[in-house]
Amino acid sequence: MAAPSSRWVRRGLIATALAFLGAFLFVPLAFVFVEALRKGADVAWRAIADPDALAAIRLTLLAATIAVPLNLAFGVAAAWAIAKFRFPGRSVLTTLIDLPFSVSPVIAGLVFVLVFGMQGWLGPWLRDHDLKVVFAVPGIVLVTTFVTFPFVARELIPLMQAQGVEQEEAAAVLGAGGWQTFWRVTLPNVRWGLLYGVILCNARAMGEFGAVAVVSGHVRGETTTMPLHIEILYDEYQFAAAFAVASLLALLALVTLVLKYALERKVHEH
Amino acid sequence: MSSSALIARALDPDGARWLAPAASRRPRPVLPGFGLSLGVTLVYLSLIVLVPLSAAFLKTAQMSWPAFVDAVTAPRVVASYRLTFGMSLAAALVNAVFGLIVAWVLVRYPFPGRRIADALVDLPFALPTAVAGIALTGLFAPNGWFGAPLAQAGIKVAFTPLGVFVALTFIGLPFVVRTVQPVLATLPRELEEAATTLGATGAQAFARVVFPVVLPALLTGFALAFARAIGEYGSVIFIAGNLPMISEITPLVIITKLEQYDYAGATAVAVVMLVVSFALLLAINLLQAWTRRRLGAQV
Repeated sequence: MAAPSSRWVRRGLIATALAFLGAFLFVPLAFVFVEALRKGADVAWRAIADPDALAAIRLTLLAATIAVPLNLAFGVAAAWAIAKFRFPGRSVLTTLIDLPFSVSPVIAGLVFVLVFGMQGWLGPWLRDHDLKVVFAVPGIVLVTTFVTFPFVARELIPLMQAQGVEQEEAAAVLGAGGWQTFWRVTLPNVRWGLLYGVILCNARAMGEFGAVAVVSGHVRGETTTMPLHIEILYDEYQFAAAFAVASLLALLALVTLVLKYALERKVHEH
Repeated sequence: MSSSALIARALDPDGARWLAPAASRRPRPVLPGFGLSLGVTLVYLSLIVLVPLSAAFLKTAQMSWPAFVDAVTAPRVVASYRLTFGMSLAAALVNAVFGLIVAWVLVRYPFPGRRIADALVDLPFALPTAVAGIALTGLFAPNGWFGAPLAQAGIKVAFTPLGVFVALTFIGLPFVVRTVQPVLATLPRELEEAATTLGATGAQAFARVVFPVVLPALLTGFALAFARAIGEYGSVIFIAGNLPMISEITPLVIITKLEQYDYAGATAVAVVMLVVSFALLLAINLLQAWTRRRLGAQV
């Protein structure tokens, strides 16, 4: 039986933790929805149905639709090589895959300007061929791919390492081909972890701001993603509209949290 | 398991599989796809990450040393380092203290709404930084829910360096909780109970028994939160005020230089940040290895 003093310590600690989480997490999240609806649902709806907002939503979806499958395919390949085989430099490779997480988003944008910009390595060649990468849509897709690069790989590598190679070897010995083994044995084993990585990858892809801000041309309705559109509205003091578009991304965050929480239990069951 | 797989395991009990069987006299890997998967990994990693990042270092290598030093030690740039690193450190410290309390409460005390609180901890990972930025700015503005009472107490948060601290605390919050939580979960309660039975007070049991075990994880979480904070941009620029010399973070200095077409200057500052980030990454890897060793000794 706990002593009275430890009961008060317990209550005090719970209250401290909840006050901290409430002030820094719950209230800001609730504030987004309150502000979005402050001037009424129709104002919020008009802000979302605005052609520039719709164009921003389309561009955000486009960037995620390209970046997430690319990083998914890469993550599976990297996890297969790193988890199923031993080779020198394996741990260095794992560290290099995590590199984009330790690079500031602003610097991620900057390095792509250095490669593809007018002053950059490929700038003159791109100009001669009438192609535009930075300050245009391809640049947005590229930096989105960079900042979301590690998500799927870092989920799959430890998972596939923990599962070992016995099942795949058994399948191979029984005559299954490489792809057959992968689709029938490996993929079903890692499906929840894979989905987990994809969901986190997607949330970051749709929400990225700093890196995209550097390489976007900031042409309203053309090279603005949802986060950039929010910034434009906010800088124009259209707070209700900015929070209305922000509330869509906050909803995405909530869906992400719910799926993440549900998937964590699935992954742990395995 | 098939017989040949069993034989392969018997020959190779620790599961090591080498590329060159001739060199190590180990059996050839049964699984196919090594060349393809490693090839795809290396090409894609190089194209998306390594080549673009090397552009920053090569661009800076073209600068003369004095020009580089001038660019990265200009007073406005140094003021931005002081703000960025100082506030990142303060935010990571606050997160270390409160993150430890949150992790402890989530692991040890059942209370109504615990699952919701647990899931909510990841919000800063899931909520786009621009959304966090405008929400925190609205809350801490002089007429906001938190800003108004604070302003009455004479504390200005939004559009001051304190605003930077608030934003960095928000985005660093999950790191400490999520690194400490699994370690606390593996720590048997009996250890503290034994300490208390032997006459230790609750605080002594925590300081002598629990704290040493969670310390590596706590430091890892602290370093992760700090590393994330120094590069953060989206959640900070709305609330910071962005006054040069006072409330301008280093990532914003890089963007300002880029907008003035000072590519060399922007890249020089970026290289300083990259070197710091890579040093932190190395430190974090060492801390994580320490955490694993500490845990291995525990279980």
